[in-house]
Amino acid sequence: MWSNRGAGLLAAAALLLALWQAAAWAARSTVLPGPVEVAPTLAHALFAGTLGQHLAISSYRVAVGIVLATGVALPLGLLVGHSPSLYRLSSPLVYLTYPVPKIVLLPVLLMFLGVGDASKVAILFLILFYQVLIVIRDAAHGVPSELVESVRSLGAGPLALLRYVFLPVSAPALLSALRISVGTAIAVLFFVESFGTTSGLGFYILVEGWGRLAYREMYAGVVTMALLGMALYFALELLERRTCRWVKVS
Amino acid sequence: MIEVRDLTFAYGRGKPVFQRFNWTVAQGESWSVIGPSGCGKTTLLYLLAGLRVPHSGSVTVGGRPLVGPRLSTGLILQHYGLLPWATAFDNVVLGMKVRGVGAGARRRTTEGWMTRLGIEHVRHHYPSQLSGGQRQRVAIARTLALEPDLLLMDEPFSSLDALTREEMQDMVLALRLEGRVTTVLVTHSVEEALLLGRNILVLGQPPIATARVIANPGGGQEGYRTAPAFHEFGQEVRKCVQEARAGVV
Repeated sequence: MWSNRGAGLLAAAALLLALWQAAAWAARSTVLPGPVEVAPTLAHALFAGTLGQHLAISSYRVAVGIVLATGVALPLGLLVGHSPSLYRLSSPLVYLTYPVPKIVLLPVLLMFLGVGDASKVAILFLILFYQVLIVIRDAAHGVPSELVESVRSLGAGPLALLRYVFLPVSAPALLSALRISVGTAIAVLFFVESFGTTSGLGFYILVEGWGRLAYREMYAGVVTMALLGMALYFALELLERRTCRWVKVS
Repeated sequence: MIEVRDLTFAYGRGKPVFQRFNWTVAQGESWSVIGPSGCGKTTLLYLLAGLRVPHSGSVTVGGRPLVGPRLSTGLILQHYGLLPWATAFDNVVLGMKVRGVGAGARRRTTEGWMTRLGIEHVRHHYPSQLSGGQRQRVAIARTLALEPDLLLMDEPFSSLDALTREEMQDMVLALRLEGRVTTVLVTHSVEEALLLGRNILVLGQPPIATARVIANPGGGQEGYRTAPAFHEFGQEVRKCVQEARAGVV
């Protein structure tokens, strides 16, 4: 099954590269170099140039955003989901603030946190935090009381309940929420790295590439950012498959 | 074994389910609790398990007033309460893990009970991959692995098909006959109440202050299912339940 899927993915990647190359040949323009031209630039920029550093900085920002959002939203979601009164109290608040596109808060964050890493991580945090909070809250809320009571009757205290009931029930919800929202997070990262900064993939693509008419470098940056998104998506999917085998069989 | 004294309990500010209710169960006895649905059978079991706290009065189990779940009380619920994300083996081992039993002893006890109950071959299956009877066996193995002296069961066989149900009832009978475990079984089935309880507690409509007790000397014996007394008592219990439902206690 894996080899089939792997072969399918390879074929799809080859098809996309071929389409890109065909488009490049058809356009005959410096604005659209094909993968054949971009690949050497990518390799050079990554290993000899500065692209590697920009990738590291962007990855760092995303990673800190994920860790912070999970670290805050997971306990909070479990608490709110487990307590009927907190659930009732917080529901209208979440309902009202959830649809607000978090990116519009960027100017506010920039004013308070400055243009450095803090504001960038904060905006990623906000986007991921809400997704995680809601799914964890609902997962905890949906645990049948019979399950909780029967585990309590085995002698489980609050810590054992957390370990054997609430954390396992949250794992699939957490991982799929992260997997779905990490794409949005990277899109937003691109945007916030496009001004007021001198580091990150967004800066590399827009300033070092596009701004200097260095189109090959620009495409190298685009490919790197796409690969970063894919790597995170696949890593989360793999983790989900490892830890949540029971979801598949039920 | 169980002393219920002047027990009063209500959910939130609703009307009381029990009001100054008294009941005694001696060690080694087997009781069936029967009554119309919504009468408080499950609530009684949760109170005995220490999962609910009385508003007033007391529940004493094994000589000590309950303040929370008691370690040597086993509880088996209607939908078994198995962890969907854990295999049959991991579900059985859970109680011992929670109590900090060593890994070796844990594995031996779990394997012993799984073999005994005929579920060893599904040890790596998740609950969703098991049949109703197998799930029930996992729940029973998990509880019995903790060597309870009091076994509380809440309609444990209600979602099984007739044949599996009889098989499971016989298994509980066999387990009872070999040990000195006290059992309280909540059921809505007159047959099951007769089969597994030497004493039958018939609950009426809440608020429950008193309840009828029917002695059922043949209960808990093998072969009772086909004895003539089984049918005679069946009629009597049925009449009692109907009266209880109508509010005539």
